[in-house]
Amino acid sequence: MTRLLGVLLMVLIVYAVLMGSFPPARSLHNHQTLAERLGYYGIPTLGVGVLIVAGGIDLSIGSLLGLVAVYFGLLLSGPLSARQTVPLALCLGLDGVLLGSALLPAIGISRRIAVLLSLLPGAALTWACHLYLPGQRVPPWVAMLMLLAFASQIGLFHGLLITRLHLQPFLVTLCGLFMYRGLARWLSPGALALPSDPHTAALRALLVSDRLLGFPHILLWMALVALLLAVLLHGSVYGRYWYAIGNNEQAARYAGIATDRHKIAAYVICSTLAGLGGLLFFLMYRNATPSSAGSLLELYAITGAVLGGCNLRGGEGTIPGIVLGAAVLPLLQQICTYNADIGSDLEYTVIGGALLLATIANEVVTRWSKHR
Amino acid sequence: MLQARGIRKAFPGVQALDGVSLSVSAGEVLAIIGENGAGKSTLMKILAGIHAPDAGEMLLDNEPVRFSSVAEAMARGIVLIHQELNLADNLSVAANLFLGNEEIRGGLLGWLERRSMNDRARRLLERVGLEVAPHRLVGELPPGQRQMVEIARALARKARILIMDEPTSSLTQRETERLFEVIAELRLSGVAVVYISHRLMEVQAVADRVVALRDGRNSGELAREEISHRRMVELMVGRDLKQFFRRGHAAGGSSVPPVADVTGIVAETGAASIRPEEHPIRLEVRDLCYQGGPQTPISFAVRGGEIVGMAGLVGAGRTELAEALFGLRPLVCGEVRLDGRPVSIRSPGDAIAAGLLLTPEDRRQHGLVLEESVQHNLGLPNLDRNSRLGLVLPRRESEMAQQLCQRLRVRTPRLSQPVGLLSGGTQQKIVLGKWLVRQPRVLILDEPTRGVDVGAKSEIYALMDEWAAAGIAIVMISSDLEEVLGMSDRVLVLHEGRLAGELPRAALSEQAIMHLATGGSEEREA
Ligand SMILES: Nc1ncnc2c1ncn2[C@@H]1O[C@H](COP(=O)(O)OP(=O)(O)OP(=O)(O)O)[C@@H](O)[C@H]1O
Ligand SMILES: [Mg+2]
Repeated sequence: MTRLLGVLLMVLIVYAVLMGSFPPARSLHNHQTLAERLGYYGIPTLGVGVLIVAGGIDLSIGSLLGLVAVYFGLLLSGPLSARQTVPLALCLGLDGVLLGSALLPAIGISRRIAVLLSLLPGAALTWACHLYLPGQRVPPWVAMLMLLAFASQIGLFHGLLITRLHLQPFLVTLCGLFMYRGLARWLSPGALALPSDPHTAALRALLVSDRLLGFPHILLWMALVALLLAVLLHGSVYGRYWYAIGNNEQAARYAGIATDRHKIAAYVICSTLAGLGGLLFFLMYRNATPSSAGSLLELYAITGAVLGGCNLRGGEGTIPGIVLGAAVLPLLQQICTYNADIGSDLEYTVIGGALLLATIANEVVTRWSKHR
Repeated sequence: MLQARGIRKAFPGVQALDGVSLSVSAGEVLAIIGENGAGKSTLMKILAGIHAPDAGEMLLDNEPVRFSSVAEAMARGIVLIHQELNLADNLSVAANLFLGNEEIRGGLLGWLERRSMNDRARRLLERVGLEVAPHRLVGELPPGQRQMVEIARALARKARILIMDEPTSSLTQRETERLFEVIAELRLSGVAVVYISHRLMEVQAVADRVVALRDGRNSGELAREEISHRRMVELMVGRDLKQFFRRGHAAGGSSVPPVADVTGIVAETGAASIRPEEHPIRLEVRDLCYQGGPQTPISFAVRGGEIVGMAGLVGAGRTELAEALFGLRPLVCGEVRLDGRPVSIRSPGDAIAAGLLLTPEDRRQHGLVLEESVQHNLGLPNLDRNSRLGLVLPRRESEMAQQLCQRLRVRTPRLSQPVGLLSGGTQQKIVLGKWLVRQPRVLILDEPTRGVDVGAKSEIYALMDEWAAAGIAIVMISSDLEEVLGMSDRVLVLHEGRLAGELPRAALSEQAIMHLATGGSEEREA
């Protein structure tokens, strides 16, 4: 509780500084820009926040976000070559296999046979993607669903490597950070621009730019994700399991919880939301540069989650806290943009320093309130 | 030597100590007794500089002292062995023994004198009778051996006042005896020993004087010649506990359990006589071997309504066997049958679904999520009952927790209290309480009364009896011989992972168990 008040106070202070020192920041237009940024940052921050509660960590979200944004651009404008479809087609094929082997046992087919059976449609799906996609322009909705499936598959890989092979989350996702960034750069040498067909424009309006009661849609989508995750984390048994696993995985295991499965689910959620972030990134900024789209986002997101009360050792953190934590960064960035003295070179130093100060203050407040 | 007067200490929601006084002199063994949550550990932590008292004074060698850190207290010769283990699992035994106290050459270079430290470690381990190489990792040792390492570490610190907070709760008879020898040596060399235990027989054996606490206050003191089981219980609980071990249908009513004469407590026998032989076999283990276990497979069976004690020395493989049955260790050969049907248990989830439950020995690592509340801990394995469509029903859960707490008399200021802040014995009740709402077929209790006070112990025994009467098969792993003798219908003795022998109730005796546990053959009991 005190943690939550701490972040809230922090957000209010940074906001007050921004509004107090830079009159242009007070415009309605600027508030809408801020709201869009918060929506965009909030989604991957929520994902990684839930994962941190469950005792995990994901360093690859920035790269994955970039990769998804680049794929999105390629699928929408259509210049994908056969070679370039391979990663996507493989992941989607695996999705087919998994879906099949999860659904078939429900109609009374034994597990082993279900896996064998679903290998077939999986392979077919891969092949179809590989044949059909090159040179095609994919309808934006289809591209979106494909890429969300792709991102969730990446999360599944992470989860499997970490739970089944007992690899360290830090290492697995750090390798991911390199791999996905590299893939994004390999896919497209230069920046991609959002095509201007009406379908894409409609999708952009719906997901990002339209306003409801003055709020940009992207913020509302973030709020919806936050609401769903809040129900999941604070109201459902899965949230209970994640907290227990994050605090003491052994005890959770002894209590009969399938800890591996729930950890994997947390990785899948995190990667899927990073993927969603990639889609929103491309729609919002209207372009994606393979080498920089989403770079450093993993650190922003993790910092936001930690500011919001997540403990990197796991088992601590709340959804409202994470949302507030995610709000600190866009505000700080604006202070840097508005302040001519800081300039873009010093921006990171200022942001880092401010975050450090905030963390110290938060720690002091929390400790002080514990002593009372 | 050390005196404490009018010590008070409050935690949010609890007055843990409310004006306690205490003194101990050189060469004396002072035992502190009291129910769970009476404030024993808190008092010791204050003496050792971990907590600062809210009020009261402490005199060391007649001069007032105030410790602001453990290091300060240690520098004045006060060393505390914690109730819960405090070793670095990833370090070797030797490194743990001298942690923060290393022998160093070369000043700031901090060159470690490994050789001489290893030598000293070996001597220390020998002194506590622990046959473990100094370079072994502590994490690989079973709890009992870790406890001995903890004791050896305290010896390495050359204490003048050595405080032991329930040192024997994970030790078996043999190690306990060894510890008593060490205590006797220490006493001769003028060290003051403060000894906390819920095993009153031990207190009787070692203490020169007993101080009892109740609800954070002194409730009485007994000099050496006044110490008796009954008097101690009176001082702790404030009432006379008539009936301690309770077996509603103890097989062979003629054989009065040998404990009765020692403790002066009568075990009730043969009240409601459903003979366990008449119950069907619930758990059958056939030629079982498991990963990391012994070469020889193990077989045994437990009937419904039967309490089977499982005895053995520390490291005999009892916990490992329990873990294998509970799906925590992969099985290599053999099979497990429940109610005559073979079951395949690959995870604790499978075991729970099949009705085979385990309460783990190490409550902090395996039994509890310390950071979480009493309610969440009690609710964790029961979420299937307290949820609908995946959503937790908090009302139903808190009702369940409320009932469990009442039934087990859990001493907590509120249901939202993190369990890590509860006293050791109270924590144990929560470990057991989790399973109370389920209807198990087989219950494996690994050290069920570890760190639990007499009052609560008798409640737990009553509960076990109730469970057995309901037809549940109970396997009770225990290092407390008194308890094994008092509660079991039959005892399986393990030695180095093998089943060394089986003793029916009629043949139960301390000697018979120890004989088998130390590797003797079964012939003798015939
Ligand atoms: N750090 C803490 N924060 C809050 N409450 C605490 C803390 N430490 C102890 N308590 C409470 O103080 C009371 C006394 O606890 P203590 O651990 O001293 O009991 P104890 O006599 O050692 O019991 P046991 O025999 O179970 O070990 C308990 O009610 C416990 O819940
Ligand atoms: Mg205690």
